[in-house]
Amino acid sequence: MKKLITALICGTLFGFGLAMSQMIDPDKVQGFLDIFGDWDPTLAWVMGGALFISIPGFALLLTKEEKGHIKQGVIDSKLLAGSAIFGIGWGLSGYCPGPALSVAPLIITELLWFLIPLIVGMVVAGAIFGKEQD
Amino acid sequence: MEFQWQALTGGILIGLSAVLLFMSMRKIAGISGMIKQALSSSGNGTERWWPLMFIVALMLGTWIYSIVFSVESSLREGYPKELLVASGLLVGFGTYIGKGCTSGHGVCGIGRLSKRSIVATVVFMLCAVITVAVMGAVS
Repeated sequence: MKKLITALICGTLFGFGLAMSQMIDPDKVQGFLDIFGDWDPTLAWVMGGALFISIPGFALLLTKEEKGHIKQGVIDSKLLAGSAIFGIGWGLSGYCPGPALSVAPLIITELLWFLIPLIVGMVVAGAIFGKEQD
Repeated sequence: MEFQWQALTGGILIGLSAVLLFMSMRKIAGISGMIKQALSSSGNGTERWWPLMFIVALMLGTWIYSIVFSVESSLREGYPKELLVASGLLVGFGTYIGKGCTSGHGVCGIGRLSKRSIVATVVFMLCAVITVAVMGAVS
């Protein structure tokens, strides 16, 4: 129960932050990615703000053991290929998973055209590569 | 570069959410991972339900903001459906095998100073930038 309440509070905060920062506006996202065109740097402030909190926050919270475990992470071809594929998809619409879900109730007919394929993509990847745990 | 307090404050709230979630539950605020976990049939109890709760709360948070500041009129609608479908498929497939998206690798992973996440973020940002540039060139 405590976990569900925590998830409720953190999720609401996250969703509010996404809306406030304009990450829910895919035109704004594509404008941020359009560095060779009419670049709109606004969203750099979002990542800046988030890291301003998360870097010192995690530095305080992570144990020595956890930090060691993170250091041992291996950069493999799945990480590279998966991230590249995700990046192409993100650029095509301007939607990444968080903002797409958070804004879905407001424009559901539009977002179903993105979210159902997203789930299909995950199911297909799971069928090909197996359901490994993170 | 012009100071953007709204984007900065929104980002700070996102960072706070990620740190708070890790502090109280030792969980990473990665949205693609939560979708994956919510879909997974092997999960049971809270392990399955907290990601679903987080996702519903995500919608709630954006909804609350939209009521207070009325953003609905500015939301994009009528984007080409073939692009939405292709984008969704690639985002789902890519985040599954790459184990993360903008939140998990970007906000949390870089926050944890993980080399894997820093590399992942550079790769997906680069590919997204190239994709937008190519789309601009062909349209």
